[in-house]
Amino acid sequence: MPQPIIEIRDLHKWYSGVHALKGVTLDIYPNEALGLVGDNGAGKSTLINILSGTQEPDGGEIAMEGRPVTFHNPRDAMQRGIETIYQYNSMVPTMTIARNIFIGREPLKYSVLGIGVMDQKRMREASIKAVADVDLHLRSPDALVGELSGGQRQGIAIARAMHFKSKVMILDEPTNHLSVKETAKVIGFVRSLREQNVTGIFISHNMHHVFECCDRIVAMARGEIVLDKRVGDTSIDEISAHL
Amino acid sequence: MKRLLKLFLDTPELTGVVFLVALTIWFQIGTGGLFLNAQNTQGVLGLLPETGLVAIGVTLLMICGEFDLSVGSVFALAPMVMAVLLEQGLPFAPAFAAGLLAAAAIGLLNGVLTIRFAIPSFITTLGMMFVARSLTVVISGGFPPLLPPGVLPKWLFVNYLYEGSMFRMSFLWFVVIAVLVSLLLSRTNFGNWVRATGGFLPAAQAMGIPTQRVKIVCFIICSVLAGFAGTIQVMRLGAPLPSIGEGLELQAVAAAVIGGTSLLGGVGTILGGILGAVLIRIIDNGLVLSRVDANWFKLAIGMLTILAVILNAWLSKRAKSIKVEA
Repeated sequence: MPQPIIEIRDLHKWYSGVHALKGVTLDIYPNEALGLVGDNGAGKSTLINILSGTQEPDGGEIAMEGRPVTFHNPRDAMQRGIETIYQYNSMVPTMTIARNIFIGREPLKYSVLGIGVMDQKRMREASIKAVADVDLHLRSPDALVGELSGGQRQGIAIARAMHFKSKVMILDEPTNHLSVKETAKVIGFVRSLREQNVTGIFISHNMHHVFECCDRIVAMARGEIVLDKRVGDTSIDEISAHL
Repeated sequence: MKRLLKLFLDTPELTGVVFLVALTIWFQIGTGGLFLNAQNTQGVLGLLPETGLVAIGVTLLMICGEFDLSVGSVFALAPMVMAVLLEQGLPFAPAFAAGLLAAAAIGLLNGVLTIRFAIPSFITTLGMMFVARSLTVVISGGFPPLLPPGVLPKWLFVNYLYEGSMFRMSFLWFVVIAVLVSLLLSRTNFGNWVRATGGFLPAAQAMGIPTQRVKIVCFIICSVLAGFAGTIQVMRLGAPLPSIGEGLELQAVAAAVIGGTSLLGGVGTILGGILGAVLIRIIDNGLVLSRVDANWFKLAIGMLTILAVILNAWLSKRAKSIKVEA
């Protein structure tokens, strides 16, 4: 076994009296596509929010590439190479594609104390390339994200994550509200992550989607991991029985 | 061609420009050419910076997704703080700075209260509108303080650039600040954060933008600009009245909205807000020149606001319906 890229040890989280994560321990290995399944309230989202830096755990440890890490905010996680694509689009509809791709990470021509003038030419050029790299065909980086379809928006979110060379990509219900064709595209993309040396964590309600593109399935229920198997060693029926 | 038309219709300032041209022609004809003559233009341009500066701040804050109803009161408070200190014998510079600091403090408080207690800024700043107005009257002691003669550096802020010039110094300040804030919004990463914060807060947070600090900074900028605008008015009039700026907060919101700023945040431009302020000044002035009863002023502003928003919505719907491949 190679060294895990992410090691999660005994992670706990309470929400005002509710024990949402009850000591979750999980190793995630480089370049695997991990499917995380479970019913509403099983703790999937909590686990993902902690990994992406939007929430902090109440107990337990996380190590990345062998070194302990603490994420206080999404930026910390992004700096370590964890990119998250949320089910509600992590895009601002009233802004252009180019500006959306670089939100919070704008390339600057010059700056004082972190505030400076954006290099808009570079943003546009890099956006065109990033979008083309995920096989999306958009005419202009100046189009408003609000005018794109759900699938196209998800594509931009993926393009953004790839552009910033993520090591771990978390896709939180990325196939919700997508057409059949767009869903197939996202699933194909998760499958291709391995070739691009990216570890994928794919969260979905749809068991079929998970089985189509993941190497390993982790099922959660009531704040705990109840099943952890290779895709070939389990079935939808077995997992459903555990939830 | 279609793309150009789409871009054109989608420009939020378009409505403002349309109204500006229409009203200018209307008043010019209605007043028999008085409206655009040198003397009147000079008068309009002299007053514009005061409303305009407030509109710039309010527009920026609205794009960030928040309101400030306290700008009218801060407009009076900042110069009053300055005037009271001047009366006490303090030199101009520290008194002026203290006035702006008071404005900044109100802005900071508006922001912190809004964010810390997660209440709508509409409420926070509505309360602050009363608080700041009351403070203004209290520190003035009920009477406008008597300013020592010659203490105000009018040459720096309100005098005409030169004998017979169209522009007062305040117009220069206004243009410089307008350009700076426009650039801040359109060219810097901070501007990108402001738009993201106002456009879709969850996405901005998920991408690690310090949205709370962004909002607080916008609150402070808005408040300081209002304080500065009030200070300019006081210097122009020569006396600090505690009642100045009443109703200005809604005029500023109207200006922003007329200029295409969305009440929901994320959409709008500084130029649009300025166009809105120009329109308000023009209507005020044009009605007087046309010898219409001045009490029609508010009716005109009200109708303009509603019409502008309707036209804006219609235009952007038209723009959306023009399909160009994405």
